[in-house]
Amino acid sequence: MKVKTLEIDGKLVTGGPEETIFQAAWNNGIRIPRLCHIGGLSDIGACRLCLVEVEGQNRLLASCLTPVEEGMKVRTNTESLRRYRKLLIELLFAERNHVCAVCVANGACELQDLAMSLGVTHIRVPSQLPHLPVDISHDRFGVDHNRCVLCSRCLRVCDEVEGAHTWDIAGRGRKSMMVCDLGEPWGVSQSCTGCGKCVQVCPTGALFLKGKTVGEMRKDRSFLNFIVTAREKHIWIR
Amino acid sequence: MMIEELNEAAERERDRQNQFEDRILCCTVAGCHSCGSKPIRAAIAREIEAQGRQDEVELCGTGCLGLCGEGPLVKSRAANAIYARVQPGDAADLVAGRHDILTSKRVDNLPFYAGQHRLILSNSGVADPESVFDYIAAGGYGALSKTITEMEPNEVVEEIKRSGLRGRGGAGYPAGVKWELVARQNSPVKYVVCNADEGDPGAFMNRSVLEGDPHRVLEGMAIAGWAVGASQGYIYARGESPLAIERLTTALQQAEREGLLGHRVLGHKFQFRIDLRIGAGAYVCGEETSLIASIEGQRGQPRPRPPYPPERGLWEQPTLINNVETFAAIPSIILNGADWYRKIGSPNSPGTKVFALAGRIVHTGLVEVPLGTTLRKVLFEMGGGIAGGHQFKAAQTGGPAGGCIPSEHLDLPLDYDSLRTIGSMMGSGGLIVLDSTTCMVDMARFFMEFCMDESCGKCTPCRAGTVQMHHLLHRITTGQGTESDAATLEELADLLKETSLCGLGQAAPNPVISTLRHFRGEYIAHIREHRCPAGSCEMRREVTV
Amino acid sequence: MDSIVRKPKIATVWLGGCSGCHMSFLDLDERLIELASKTEICYSPVIDIKEFPRVDFALVEGAVANEDHLHEIHHIRERCRVLIAFGDCAVTSNVTGMRNLFPLQDLMRQVYKDEASPSAGIPSGGVVPKLLERVRPLHEVVHVDHFLPGCPPSADAIWNLLMEVIAGNPPNEPRRFG
Repeated sequence: MKVKTLEIDGKLVTGGPEETIFQAAWNNGIRIPRLCHIGGLSDIGACRLCLVEVEGQNRLLASCLTPVEEGMKVRTNTESLRRYRKLLIELLFAERNHVCAVCVANGACELQDLAMSLGVTHIRVPSQLPHLPVDISHDRFGVDHNRCVLCSRCLRVCDEVEGAHTWDIAGRGRKSMMVCDLGEPWGVSQSCTGCGKCVQVCPTGALFLKGKTVGEMRKDRSFLNFIVTAREKHIWIR
Repeated sequence: MMIEELNEAAERERDRQNQFEDRILCCTVAGCHSCGSKPIRAAIAREIEAQGRQDEVELCGTGCLGLCGEGPLVKSRAANAIYARVQPGDAADLVAGRHDILTSKRVDNLPFYAGQHRLILSNSGVADPESVFDYIAAGGYGALSKTITEMEPNEVVEEIKRSGLRGRGGAGYPAGVKWELVARQNSPVKYVVCNADEGDPGAFMNRSVLEGDPHRVLEGMAIAGWAVGASQGYIYARGESPLAIERLTTALQQAEREGLLGHRVLGHKFQFRIDLRIGAGAYVCGEETSLIASIEGQRGQPRPRPPYPPERGLWEQPTLINNVETFAAIPSIILNGADWYRKIGSPNSPGTKVFALAGRIVHTGLVEVPLGTTLRKVLFEMGGGIAGGHQFKAAQTGGPAGGCIPSEHLDLPLDYDSLRTIGSMMGSGGLIVLDSTTCMVDMARFFMEFCMDESCGKCTPCRAGTVQMHHLLHRITTGQGTESDAATLEELADLLKETSLCGLGQAAPNPVISTLRHFRGEYIAHIREHRCPAGSCEMRREVTV
Repeated sequence: MDSIVRKPKIATVWLGGCSGCHMSFLDLDERLIELASKTEICYSPVIDIKEFPRVDFALVEGAVANEDHLHEIHHIRERCRVLIAFGDCAVTSNVTGMRNLFPLQDLMRQVYKDEASPSAGIPSGGVVPKLLERVRPLHEVVHVDHFLPGCPPSADAIWNLLMEVIAGNPPNEPRRFG
C-alpha cells in the first residue's frame, strides 16, 4: 500500500491511498467540523462544513470527498473558513425551528456542539419559521422535521447498512423534506424494518425514540463501528 | 444511405427545390408559433391550391427568422425577402409573387439582419427543420461524412482545439480541450451528451436551434462521438419545449431511417445512436452532474467535481457534455477548417454566438453575431435601441447566474473574457435589456427568487442561503432594509459563491454582486431614503421593528 | 478620573422570558457577595426601583414580545454602555418565540376564547401591554454587545462572562445554546 505524505495545517501527516483529507486529518488529531459526514456511510459533501483550502486549487474543497495526494498542502482552519462555517451553522439554525431548550437532543446534539465549537453565539439571520409536521405514527420512533438539517444520514444508513431505503428526500430547495417510502406516515411504512439505525445516526433531535423527553435522547453509534469493521476487516468484534 | 449516396441525395433534393419558382418559408419556431404562424401557413397552402400554383410555389416551414417579437415571419426565396407580422390576407400576394404590395412588411433590409453572421442559424430561412433532405441539400451531414472518411479521431479533436471554439453553455471552457480529455480516456464505453436544458429566464437560443435545425445538432454530436470514441449519445431536453422535442424526435427517426445515425453510420464502421431524455424542468439539471443524475433516473441534484464528467460521468463512464450551440457549431468548423473559424470573432473567443434579445428593446429576437461585437452594436444598431423612448440602463447577461452590463461598458466587446473583467458572464446567450424604469435591486430580487425556487436543496448555503438573501432583498425593495441588511447580504453572497456545491449556488449571488458593483446607489436610496430611484418598487410606509 | 475609582454599575432586566435566567443568576450564591463588592447592582427584578438608571452593564433576559418590552429595550440601550443578551430567549427568542409560528390573531382567539370560555374577551390593550406580531431576539431590535446563550446559562457561565466584560476583555469561553 502506497502511503501519501501531505501537510495539513503545517503538520506533516500520512494518508492511505484511499483516504480522504478528512480522514487523514482526523487520524492525526485535526478535527475538521462536519455534519453530513459520519464514519461508515458514503459521503455526499452537502453540509459544506468540512470545506478546506488546498494550495493550488482556486476553490474550497469538501475534505470528506477529496482524496489525499502526495505533497498536498491543506489548511483546515483559516479565518475565512471559520467565518463561512459560522454562517452555515447560523443558516441551519434559522432554516427550521430549532428550539434547543425544548428538544429531546438538548445537550447531545451535533448542531448545538458545532455552534459552540465554532463560536456561534447568536443567529444573525431571521428564523424562517416553516410549518413542519411531527410524525409519531411509528410504535417506537418519532420524527420532528422542525429539527432536521437534511444531512441525509438517515437515508444513507437505511440504504447502505440496513438495505431498506425507507427514507428519501422529497421536494426541492427549502421545501426538501425527509419522507418514508413515498411520503407515507412512518408507522405504515412497508419497507421500514424498525431497526432504528436512522435514529442513532441523526445528528439532532429530528429522529428520536418515543418516550424520551427534553434532553434525554442520547445516540448510540457503536453499531456503525461494528458493521464497518466487519465489512472492511471481516472481523466481528464489538 | 451510404457515403457516396449523400451527394446524390443532396443534388436530387436541390433539383427538386429548384423546379419551383418560389419557396415560401414560414417560421415554425415557438415565437412565431405562438403568434399564429400555423393559420398563416394554412392560408398560404389554401392560396397555392386556389391559384393552382402547386408546381410553381413550394411551401415549407423553416427555423427562426430572427425577429421573434414581430411574427409571424415568412420568407420568400424568389424575392429574398422576409416579411413580418404577416396576416392571412397577405397569402394571396405572397403566392402570386406580388412582392411590391408587401414592401411595407419587409424587414430583411433592417440593420437587425445586416449585422448578423449566421453559421448556427445558416439554415434558417433556407431549410425545413422537419426534412432531413432539406438539411442534406444545404450541405448537411457533409461534415460527418468528411470526418469518418477522411479524418482520424485525434485529427478531429485537434481541429476543434485549433478552432478555439469555447463551450457555449456559459463558462466558455475550450471545447477541444474537453474533447481531448474524453478521447484520452481508456474506456470501451463513453457517452456524448447534449445539454439542451436551457432554463435561464429570457433565453431561447438553444430551443430555437433545436426547433429550427435539429439535424445540425445531431451531426455535431455524431462527429463528437467519432472524435472521442463514443457510440451512444443523449440529448437532455426540457419538457417545457414540446416543439423542440417533437422536432428532435422527427429528426432522430429520419436520421436513423436514412442510416445517418445507428449501428453503421453512412454505411461506415461507426456506430452512433442518439436517444432523447426529457427533463421535468428543474433548472439545476442544466448543471452537468445533475443532468447526469437525471439521465440515470436519479434525483436531479449535483455531486461534487472532481471527478469531472470527462473522467467519470454518465454511469461512471467518460462523458462529453456540450451545449446545443457548441455541437451546432461543429459541422461548419469541420467543413471549412479551424483556420477559417478562427478568423471569425475575437482572438480568444472565435466564432459566432447566438444571442436572445429580450426586455425593453425595440427588436426582440434572435441574432447571431461574431463574438467580440460590441454590445452597443447589438442593442442599438441591430436591436433598434430601447423601446418606449426610455433611457438604457443595463443589459443582463447570463440570466440568474450572470451579471449586468451598465451603460459605461456599452462598447465592451461581447466575448468570454471581456465580460468577466466587468463581473458579468457570457452565459448561454440571453441578453435582457433594462431601461430607466427597471429597479436593479428588484431585478436582483427576482433572480434570487428564481434561484431560491430552483435550488435542489442538497447543500446548505444554496438551500438556506438563497432564502435569506431573497428575504433581505425583499426587505430592501419594500423600504424596510437597513445598512446591516446590506452588510449581511454581501456576506451571504460571498458564502454562496465560495461554498456552494454546484454552479447554481455559486452563481446565484452574481446578480446581487453585479448590481451592488454597478448600481450601489440604488441600494442606498432604498435603504437610507426609502425611495426607489426607478420608481418601480412599492415602499412600505410604516417600518416594522 | 471618576471612571477609575467608581464601581461599575450593573442592571439585570427581565423581558419576555421565564425568569429562569435570573434564577441561574441567583445561583451565583456566595459569588453574589463578591459581585456586590466589585460592582453596584442598581437595577434588577430583585431590587425595588422604578426608574432605569444609567449603568455600565445591562444583562437582559427574555425576548422582545410586547410593546412594553420594545419601549424598554430602546430605553435600556440608551442608558447602558454594554448590553448583554442574557439567555436563549434574549439571544434567539427561544420558547418565547415559539408563538411566531402562528398569526397573533389566531393565537389570541385560541387562548382566550376557543380554549377558555366563549364569553371571555380577548385583551385589547390598555392595562395589559399589547403583544407584538412577532417575538424578536434583542439583536433584531437594538445593538447587542455580548451574547450569553443557554436555557438558562449556568451560574458559572454568567460569572465568567461578567468577570471578563467587567475587566474589559472580550468573553472567550465557549457558549452554548439550550
